[in-house]
Amino acid sequence: MTDVPNISPLIIFFASIITSNMVLTNFLGMCSYISVSSEYKTASGLGQAALIVMSITTALNWLIDHFLIVPLGLEYLRYVIFIIVIAATVQLLEMFLDRYFPALYISLGIFLPLITVNCAIFGVSLFMVIRGYSFIQTVLFGIGSGLGWWLAISLLAAIRHKIAGNKLPPGLNGPAIAFITTGIIALAFIGFSGIVIIQ
Amino acid sequence: MSILISVAAVSLLTVFLTILIILGETVLANYGVCTIDINHGRKRLAAVGGTTLLSALADHEIFVPSACGGKSTCGLCKIQVADNARPVLPTEAPYLTNAEAETGVRLACQYKIKSDLSVVIPEQFLATRRYHGRIERITDLTYDIKEFRLALPPGESLEFKAGQYIQVETKPYGNVKESVFRAYSIASQPAEQRYVDIIVRLVPNGICTTYLHKYVTVGDEISFTGPYGDFYLRDGADQLIFIAGGSGLAPIKSLIFDILAQQLDKNMIFFFGAVSKRDLYYVELFNDLAEKHENFTYIPALSKPEPDDDWDGELGLITEVVARHIHDGENKHAYLCGSPGMINACIEILSQIGFSSDQIFYDKF
Repeated sequence: MTDVPNISPLIIFFASIITSNMVLTNFLGMCSYISVSSEYKTASGLGQAALIVMSITTALNWLIDHFLIVPLGLEYLRYVIFIIVIAATVQLLEMFLDRYFPALYISLGIFLPLITVNCAIFGVSLFMVIRGYSFIQTVLFGIGSGLGWWLAISLLAAIRHKIAGNKLPPGLNGPAIAFITTGIIALAFIGFSGIVIIQ
Repeated sequence: MSILISVAAVSLLTVFLTILIILGETVLANYGVCTIDINHGRKRLAAVGGTTLLSALADHEIFVPSACGGKSTCGLCKIQVADNARPVLPTEAPYLTNAEAETGVRLACQYKIKSDLSVVIPEQFLATRRYHGRIERITDLTYDIKEFRLALPPGESLEFKAGQYIQVETKPYGNVKESVFRAYSIASQPAEQRYVDIIVRLVPNGICTTYLHKYVTVGDEISFTGPYGDFYLRDGADQLIFIAGGSGLAPIKSLIFDILAQQLDKNMIFFFGAVSKRDLYYVELFNDLAEKHENFTYIPALSKPEPDDDWDGELGLITEVVARHIHDGENKHAYLCGSPGMINACIEILSQIGFSSDQIFYDKF
């Protein structure tokens, strides 16, 4: 097992929002990022769903990794177990929100179940294992990555909204211009790399 | 050994999560018993929270029409939630207009009961019931159209207006694993309360038409709900034009027989459109009727008769035939029943002739 890196959890938190953003530096969760970013409201809904699920599952997966997977030597089953945990968490979360936060549940709509198969969620869980984070580091890494993903998709949706009224070369309409935009946002985010860096 | 451990660990984890989800369902998705108020105090029912409105109403013998059985694919089960309707779900959105969404119209099959609520449904749904009838007679009308006589249980009667329809419930058969409901117009007259007739054309791969044509025999039990529909006789005109095609003859037959039985002072013309002679049925019945009643005229028309049909009646599309006989819309009402294509074409030709939209009544299927 790798040693716990000596980084302040707060630095991990800010880095995962800005310089180690799941979408803009690791390019994870791209499918929903591109396809659900054409409208700001729904994009933001998906971002919130990702934030909630990412925060909970990363912490949960850390506990399961440290108290079940590693002690039993089941590292090769990590992927399967993580996925099962994510799927079950989403199910439970859905019921919980439906009961106590119906407005949020409705606004998240179909995105909540879709989050189960979002690779950014899974990616965060795997990164926290590879980088050997402690529990506190993991929790802040999960929340930060969720916020980062929400920020990224909201930014793209807002920019796509601005682009929507403009004339584009025919081949660039839709996902193509979204990819180019993402690239430019990612470049802009590199500008932050002097502030915090964890990768 | 390690294989056993891994299998056990994953299984235990899965079982644990499953138990958690089941627990969550019983605790979180338990909304207790809720009260549904129907049409502002007209009726009050208790329903188990968490179920859909459609099934809760059906449990209390209120049958909202639904052709897909609650899968949100037909959009028929619209009802209005009187106050504080929850936002439209993505599964409902394709079937609701903006005006409907704003006034609280929702699909009953998608709307889950989570608290006491008040709904507005058409009054006629309260009069609908479920009947457990029996197939009494099956008649071949053409090569692909059959008439089914559904006898009601002894002592029960179905009160309906001529032109209305029932929903027939199929039982699982062959590869079809679920029951479905499909709407069929009643062909018999309201005066016959002991049975209802329906006319069914075999649709290739149609779940219910295949069931009725291929799997049902005389004596079988059959369930249906009804009556439904707002296709019935309206006041305001002395001359009635009936236009039907295919199995659309059913409600028209009921209307014509009902009007004649009640001896209403109406002049009626019935146009029946078919492709060739083998698609015509009930010709003798209507010819006899036309001979006996001066106020009834029967005009069957063929659009493409076979060479050996020996047809000397009206030729052409039903719209052309109607245009040849009807020249104005004055004091006239038109009742149409058939495929959407036929009805749209007829509405177009009738409005050219001079019918306004409130003079045309139709039942598309």
